Amino acid sequence: MLELIVISTLNGVLFGMLLFLLSSGLTVIFSMMGVLNFAHASFYMLGAFFGFQLTKWIGFWPALVLAPLLVGAIGMAVERYGLRNTHKHGHVAELLLTFGLAFAIEEIVSMIWGKSPLDYRVPALLDFPAFTVFSTNYPAYKIFMLVVSVVIFVALLLVLKRTRVGLIVQAALTHPHMVGHLGHNVGRVFMVVFGVGSALAGLAGVIAGPALVTQSDMAASLGPILFVVIVFGGLGSLPGAFVASLVIALVQTFAVALNGSLASAFGPLDPSTGPSVLSDIWNVTIAQVAPIVPYLLLVIILIVRPMGLMGTRES
Amino acid sequence: MRKLTLAIAVIAPMLGHAASAQDTLKIGYIDPLSGGGASVGEGGLKTFQYLAEELNAKGGILGKKVEIVPLDNKTNPQESLVQAQKAIDAGVHYITQGNGSSVAAALSDFVTKNNTRNPGKEVLYFNYAAVDPSLTNDKCSFWHFRWDASSDIKMEALTNYVKDTPAVKKVYLINQDYSFGQSVRSDARKMLGAKRPDIQIVGDELHPLLKVTDFSPYIAKIKASGADSVITGNWGQDIALLLKAAADAGLKVNWYTYYAGGAGGPTAIKQTGLDHQVFQITEGFANSGNKAAMDYEKAFRAKVGLSLWYPRAVNEMRMFKAAAEKANSIDPVKVAAALEGLKFEVLDGGEGTMRKDDHQFFQPIYISSFGKLTESEPYDEENTGWGWHLVSKVDTPQTIVPTTCKMARP
Repeated sequence: MLELIVISTLNGVLFGMLLFLLSSGLTVIFSMMGVLNFAHASFYMLGAFFGFQLTKWIGFWPALVLAPLLVGAIGMAVERYGLRNTHKHGHVAELLLTFGLAFAIEEIVSMIWGKSPLDYRVPALLDFPAFTVFSTNYPAYKIFMLVVSVVIFVALLLVLKRTRVGLIVQAALTHPHMVGHLGHNVGRVFMVVFGVGSALAGLAGVIAGPALVTQSDMAASLGPILFVVIVFGGLGSLPGAFVASLVIALVQTFAVALNGSLASAFGPLDPSTGPSVLSDIWNVTIAQVAPIVPYLLLVIILIVRPMGLMGTRES
Repeated sequence: MRKLTLAIAVIAPMLGHAASAQDTLKIGYIDPLSGGGASVGEGGLKTFQYLAEELNAKGGILGKKVEIVPLDNKTNPQESLVQAQKAIDAGVHYITQGNGSSVAAALSDFVTKNNTRNPGKEVLYFNYAAVDPSLTNDKCSFWHFRWDASSDIKMEALTNYVKDTPAVKKVYLINQDYSFGQSVRSDARKMLGAKRPDIQIVGDELHPLLKVTDFSPYIAKIKASGADSVITGNWGQDIALLLKAAADAGLKVNWYTYYAGGAGGPTAIKQTGLDHQVFQITEGFANSGNKAAMDYEKAFRAKVGLSLWYPRAVNEMRMFKAAAEKANSIDPVKVAAALEGLKFEVLDGGEGTMRKDDHQFFQPIYISSFGKLTESEPYDEENTGWGWHLVSKVDTPQTIVPTTCKMARP
């Protein structure tokens, strides 16, 4: 029992850090610009594919730096030539733009790299078990992901809360005209913020690519859970997203470990009722519904606390 | 004069086309060509196009040129019916499909209804990969023929192998939570219980289909259970991510799978380093040792650039030709009658039979493991340097399972 608790906690924390790595860029863009970027998971996918390609040409470590920069540049271009023009038509237009962009990116990626999964491997330097708990290995690569996540969290928090740059960026969201009158180029601030957010998604892609499956539908499979994380944590709150990632991952991991069902709690149903919808619900185990739990949490938090765990505003 | 020439120039090709339409035999290929299943669907399409070319090079079927008509169903039953209707309206009398038992059930039902309503315009449905047993049991149809071994046949073959493998003592079942995964799980419980009552089932997990991104919690559970073998029907990313998580955690068990060889599977196994610990149950594979099949594999790879995932597709098209020649007609009703009970030498060697009672094809089944290759095994998968190695061959008689089908014949 102790073994399962320790290992589930460790697995939960590692998965939580991966979720945070993926959602940090989305939170930055949303909290600074108010744009709910539907194409975020696509930038993450671009990061993974660029990472794969660059790793093949110049090795993993240069790719780790270059691929996010490339994705960031694409993000800036999207902001400069796409979002900025639609901004005056309101948030719905921006949302639709990123929505369309997500499909376009997926098609382009599958045209270039095909639809089959790519052989994107963990770099040899990190391909060893870091430590062993109860005879279960923890690969060094996962610890590397954890470290990168924490570094990004601390760095983002410091930049936004403790530096002049963070001050200007935050002011530009609420009082763009005043910031403009003070001599700052608000347009460029937004462009850079969007670029940084996209670059973070790209970085997540380069790192998560070898750990998960790198293929052209990876954006679609991870997109929904990212929105759960930022809504649950509070729209636009960085510490909120951090805590939410951990909570969601831990809840999901522990749910998988549990075999309990209504039948085991209250005894089996009267056999005379036979197979029915009721018996399906009665016999389903917590483990079976585990991957649905985050979405359930999303619904509950929206009812109980619409601004999310640590959010300050409602939309 | 010039106008006349122009008119002839325009009309002549149309006439020629009309004439050639009489001489072509169209087969509607209904499978995903976009969305999550596209990588598999595209591979299947290339395979069938290769097979059509091969038949055409030898004069086609009864002198008619075979043409594959690709139709994208996005792995969606509803969309499949729309595409099937489209194909029928365009004069297609043969459709083939493989991905997804839910799609197969819908198509089989659709074709059966269509044929009752439109006598004289019947359509046959050739299933090359949907393995839900119900398609040849309670939902069986005279118009449906299946070349892949159904999931209970594969389990019959696998449990016959496990019966003689005393090292297997504690088994963990992990499957996708839908009709196919549930049938793998219940067949495994039933057949292991009958053949090896000493085997302990230490875990029985169902997880949502294609929704899990991190399998580490499941691996932790398998480890805690003390299992020495895992049986899984998982496919697609669900098998790739499961194996990756297992290798990361250093889980040392043997994996008995249905689909570890699918697109992306071999890459994942190589990444994990599970050398000859992952087994697969198929009707044939690249290094089977059969000379004809291995030569075929070579030619196929050179032309298509993929491994031959579907030796059963080869059997399907060759048997189609044989049945049409036996009936001396391409009328679907006559071809169907000729297919019933047809015995056929399969690609990887050995005799198979299309059972008359339920239209299920029975053939030798192979259990192979994935890992480093020996000199006599030339074919690797997905450029990993690793390939499939023969572990056990289960002959046709050991794969026969009973059926509950009560076939309604026209």
